[in-house]
Amino acid sequence: MTVPGAWYLVLAAVLFGLGATGLLIRRNVLVMFMCVELMLNAVNLTFVTFARLLDDVGGQVSVLFVLVVAAAEVVVGLAIIVAMFRRRAAATADDIHVLRG
Amino acid sequence: MNAAYLIVALPITGALILLFGGRRIGDPLSGWLATIAAGGSFVGSVIVWASLLGRSGADRTVDKQIFTWIPVGSLHVDFALQLDPLSIAMVLFVTGVGSLIHLYSIGYMKGDRSYPRFFFLLNLFLFSMIVLVLADSYLFSFVGWEGVGFCSYGLVGFWFDRETAAVAAKKAFVTNRVGDFGFMVALFLMFGHFGSFSYSAVLGPLASGHSTLAGATATGIGLMLFLGAVGKSAQIPLYMWLPDAMEGPTPVSALIHAATMVTAGVYLVARSAPILHYSHAVLWVIAIVGATTALLAATIACAQNDIKRVLAYSTISQLGYMFLGEGSGDYTAGLFHMITHAFFKALLFLAAGSVIHALNDEQDMKKMGGLRKYLPITFPTFIIGYLALSGIPPFDGFWSKDAILDSAWHMSPALWAVGAVTAGLTAYYMSRQVALVWLGQARWTSDGHEGGGGHGGHGGGEPHESPWVMTAPLVILAFCATFGWLLNAPFGGLDFVNKWLAPVFPSTIDPAVHVGTGTKWVLGIAVTAICFLGLGLGLTAWRKVDRPALEPAVLVHGWYIDEAVSAAVSGPLTRMASAFSFMIDARVVDGAVNGLARFTSGTGRQLRRMQTGYVRNYALGIGIGTAVILAFVATRVGS
Repeated sequence: MTVPGAWYLVLAAVLFGLGATGLLIRRNVLVMFMCVELMLNAVNLTFVTFARLLDDVGGQVSVLFVLVVAAAEVVVGLAIIVAMFRRRAAATADDIHVLRG
Repeated sequence: MNAAYLIVALPITGALILLFGGRRIGDPLSGWLATIAAGGSFVGSVIVWASLLGRSGADRTVDKQIFTWIPVGSLHVDFALQLDPLSIAMVLFVTGVGSLIHLYSIGYMKGDRSYPRFFFLLNLFLFSMIVLVLADSYLFSFVGWEGVGFCSYGLVGFWFDRETAAVAAKKAFVTNRVGDFGFMVALFLMFGHFGSFSYSAVLGPLASGHSTLAGATATGIGLMLFLGAVGKSAQIPLYMWLPDAMEGPTPVSALIHAATMVTAGVYLVARSAPILHYSHAVLWVIAIVGATTALLAATIACAQNDIKRVLAYSTISQLGYMFLGEGSGDYTAGLFHMITHAFFKALLFLAAGSVIHALNDEQDMKKMGGLRKYLPITFPTFIIGYLALSGIPPFDGFWSKDAILDSAWHMSPALWAVGAVTAGLTAYYMSRQVALVWLGQARWTSDGHEGGGGHGGHGGGEPHESPWVMTAPLVILAFCATFGWLLNAPFGGLDFVNKWLAPVFPSTIDPAVHVGTGTKWVLGIAVTAICFLGLGLGLTAWRKVDRPALEPAVLVHGWYIDEAVSAAVSGPLTRMASAFSFMIDARVVDGAVNGLARFTSGTGRQLRRMQTGYVRNYALGIGIGTAVILAFVATRVGS
């Protein structure tokens, strides 16, 4: 049996919502980072779904781009997190609000 | 012909080097640099002149395009040079006299703390003056016209920490603006009528007789151009700035306010001869203004005590002569007098500078006297300049003045009479100056005067002759003042200037002035007799220094014209300006600017609260923003 395309989209929306909510309410930098990844991959899922539904390979190509960008983002983000851990024991995003106006 | 580029390029290069590197080059090297630039420019002029000489008379107009300046619709203005007999004659004496005065300044300005700035302005002035005379269109000439005005401002106010110098500079500039207004209106009229500014397009057809000009148009353009000339050349009613301009260093007075810049008006009128030909009224105005100015300034010069102010009023008077000649239709006589005047008046100013230098910045003639023994080079050169200015044969001034007076007689014997009286007065006040400065008893004290100028004092001691860089130009100019008349001797076919300028003033626009040889002799002898009379009167009357009867207050104050103008115009205008500065500038303009700044900083202070520094707040902002955009797109796509 085939799973209807809409289910994938619903799953992606749920994942995206989880990621967004997590990003907003969690304070641990590492967890926030994972939430961002969750959102990215939720979007990837919609891309793949639509590529399949519309029979258009362009969606799959977009996924590859997103993956590459996400990988680069991981490198930069983790570097920032490591730098943060070096300066202070815990990694809470709210501790570093030195850029407030 | 390509040397023409050199004439223009050298002074501006010198000026730019001095502007950016002047402080590093220092004293006296920057002076030498400027002098070499000026001298090179003179050499370039000689080369161009020589190559023009190799052509036939009709062929002696060459255009040298540099680049297109304003290409707008049908209007096309180039940065281009026009080399013709008139412009080359001008540029030869401008760069020649200019180089000598540059050389003189090396000695005169020695020790001044703004030495490089002086030479920067001097070179920039020379460049502007060259542009003025070499330009191929009225509009490009106007660029040079404004340039010399600016340099004059900068050099009159060179010692700007002196209140009087700053005020004099402002006066010179503002008065010149009135004349510039006339020039600009003339430009607009010209564009309206001819659709072009270039000399060849505007003047060419008129000069060759291919087209004519309605009398009213010619009068309008001619009067406005003459208003410009009046401002620049210090004629009635705009002459008051020139005596005050003597606040500048003496070489500046010699170069700008005697030899070159103030003659720009004479050049402009001569250049516009084809237009003026169609309006007799303008020629009459020019002649009458010139004659009146000559007489008025000469009377004032009789009662001045400042050595430089006498020469300044004399300059105004002589410029009046030039306009008298031009108004009488004898442009060549006016231009010839301009050249001889450049020689002897530059000489007199430089010699006066040498005297001032020797007496540690004393300018009051009543405190001089008996200097002939102490300045063995300056004295004879000054005497040559004095005789030339007084119109004593065979020196320069006699010949050029004679040519002008002959033409004035042709125009109207009344104009001649005014000119002749002026000639007598000129001889008188110059004799007074010679008697007060050089003859009689010494009235200075040898323990040194309080130096009023910006350049370093020399301590006390007896007056001493100036260094060679200052005396050499004196000697060269004295030579020119003695033999310069050979350029245009009115006999034996030696009238080289007349012949040289003939292609510029063809008979179609400048009918020859016919005065019989017999009349010429009578007139010449009469004027010379008047000059000798003035000479004798001046020398005998001023053996005594204290002669209040000969210095009535009305002449000392220049017929109170300056005071009257100040009261009538400057006073109300100054009050109006300060009212405006208080109401409009302080409230409206500053208010707008400050209000804008206050609005910006207030907005910023409120908006900075949004920047909490918490990542989740920013994330929320991004989320809400995205949602809003999506909603917007969804509704638009839906509808």
